[in-house]
Amino acid sequence: MNDNSLRLVWVYPDLLSTYGDQGNALVVERRARQRGYDVTRVDVRSDQPVPASADIYLIGGGEDRPQRLAAERLRRDGGLSRAAGNGAIIFSVCAGYQILGHEFINDLDRQEPGLGLLDVTSGRGQAGRCVGDVLADIDPQLGLPQLTGFENHQGVTHLGPTAKPLARVRFGHGNGTGDGTEGAWNGNVFGTYMHGPVLARNPQIADLLIRLALESQGLAPVDDRWYEALRNERIAAASASR
Amino acid sequence: MAGNTEPLSPRSKLAVTAGKAAAAVSRAAGKGSGSVIGGKVALRLDPDLLGRLAGHLDVVLVSATNGKTTTTRLIAEALRASGPVVSNALGANMPAGITSALAGGSDARYGVIEVDEKYLSTVARDVTPKAIALLNLSRDQLDRAAETRMLAERWREGLAGNKALVVANADDPLVVWAASSSPNVVWVAVGQEWKDDAWSCPSCGGVLQRPGEDWLCAECGFRRPVPSWALSGEHVLDPHGAAWPIRLQLPGRANRANATTAAAVAAAFGVHPQTALERMWEVTAVAGRYDTVQFGGRDLRLLLAKNPAGWLETFSLIDPPPTPVVLSVNARGADGTDTSWLWDVDYTRLTGHPLYVIGDRKLDLAVRLEVANQSFRVCEHVDEAVAAAPPGRIEVIANYTAFQDLRRRVGN
Ligand SMILES: [Zn+2]
Repeated sequence: MNDNSLRLVWVYPDLLSTYGDQGNALVVERRARQRGYDVTRVDVRSDQPVPASADIYLIGGGEDRPQRLAAERLRRDGGLSRAAGNGAIIFSVCAGYQILGHEFINDLDRQEPGLGLLDVTSGRGQAGRCVGDVLADIDPQLGLPQLTGFENHQGVTHLGPTAKPLARVRFGHGNGTGDGTEGAWNGNVFGTYMHGPVLARNPQIADLLIRLALESQGLAPVDDRWYEALRNERIAAASASR
Repeated sequence: MAGNTEPLSPRSKLAVTAGKAAAAVSRAAGKGSGSVIGGKVALRLDPDLLGRLAGHLDVVLVSATNGKTTTTRLIAEALRASGPVVSNALGANMPAGITSALAGGSDARYGVIEVDEKYLSTVARDVTPKAIALLNLSRDQLDRAAETRMLAERWREGLAGNKALVVANADDPLVVWAASSSPNVVWVAVGQEWKDDAWSCPSCGGVLQRPGEDWLCAECGFRRPVPSWALSGEHVLDPHGAAWPIRLQLPGRANRANATTAAAVAAAFGVHPQTALERMWEVTAVAGRYDTVQFGGRDLRLLLAKNPAGWLETFSLIDPPPTPVVLSVNARGADGTDTSWLWDVDYTRLTGHPLYVIGDRKLDLAVRLEVANQSFRVCEHVDEAVAAAPPGRIEVIANYTAFQDLRRRVGN
């Protein structure tokens, strides 16, 4: 990539943007610009081809039927899989996370193939929806502070041998498998059940995505005052509510 | 459309009396108006009471994500030109609250009833309405309520076979999808500022095309119907093409849209659009919304916005910069406990306004505004925000429980 530019793709906002998912695109964009990078953000609707040459791809959450439509169109399009093959960074949330796996249960109660970019398989939980504030410890290999988020899902995701848990929950459900794992990652591909604007509560993950895209070790500091205040408040709230 | 004047059965009368007694006890205990508890008691004694009470009335139901309380008021005001009206004017819009409101209106000719979106089909079955007004559907309190498209689906099923005249917004694809199951629809073009819940064809899932004001699905042919009524700037266009001026004390495009729908409903009951629109001038604040109050030596205008579509409409009606704006957000039970919707709201629209942030979730708002590159000040409460704001009327925008907190604090 060009030294000073970052190409960001938000995948299918017409289908997968139910819980403020735009927030993740806005946070990455803002934090890269604050470091002086020239960001090109492309919002790709589901009737448009997904370009294979961008640096960072974000894919969000959605209702059951739009999720199936998104999976069908992404499989047919092939752009996101080609981008993964090129080593692009992909960050996925909820329905988008399930789509990156091998398969999930669709709105017609059938198994729907995903893109197979993460070694995970999703089903539907029996125990009702997981809703509420979550606190989790991120995989130490990533060197990031605690994950704070809000979950609202019925899906359950099992990790295969090549997917590592993104985090281990202290409070909340995460992958819903009962083993305390939350999300998954492998190389440059990440998935989480922390919905919508999870990067707003975890700007260090946004910075990680930017660093991976730039192949850079560090980024100039920015004013994180409000992010830190929000993190502290939500971490305390998650602890108090469980 | 004359009402049926058959008297209530002894059992229904008893239920009404018991409900009123329960409401009085609840009021005496300081627990609000008691209308919901009264309605619950009455419905338990006579489960068919709602239908029986409505049997005497020509009923209009009003449902939507946003604007249903105001539109109910506007329709009620317009129909008073033609006869006495009973209405759930305070927004108790589930079956118990509706029962309670109707029980208080034995002399009325019309019942103008706001209905919660989730209860529309049930209430429409119970009360045999003459007309149903459907304004819009969008995301709202998603961690509690049904998904938006599922709501449209439920409306669609409930309206199939209902004989009411449906007055529906031609510019909202989800509303059109829901209303199309009815054999008897009047389409009203009142616009749709918030489009992010309707990019996907409700019928087949194709991507909707939106050339200009039109919308259509290239895959299945589902498209915007031809409207017979329309909002055009400051006027209502009737089916004959005549333009009638809208005169409202309520601000904003969204309220002109509400007035247009109200005029179309009133016309179905024989009220001329000019008469209907003139009467709507009488509607001022609706349950404190749009009220301007004095507080701390300043004028504050109180604006309620509960979801992304509501915030977007509100941004379009506030006074221009440098008018100071106070934003207040809570995430208690009645608001939905999730704040992710803040990221669906385009806060860059507030550029140039001095911004003050309060409410339980002021830190979520602070990060949201930081990312939108806005300058703002976080305050502990409204007093501090008002004291800090530069001169001029202050616009205060709050979501549901934040709005209640605000009204208590400023004594409105
Ligand atoms: Zn279609």
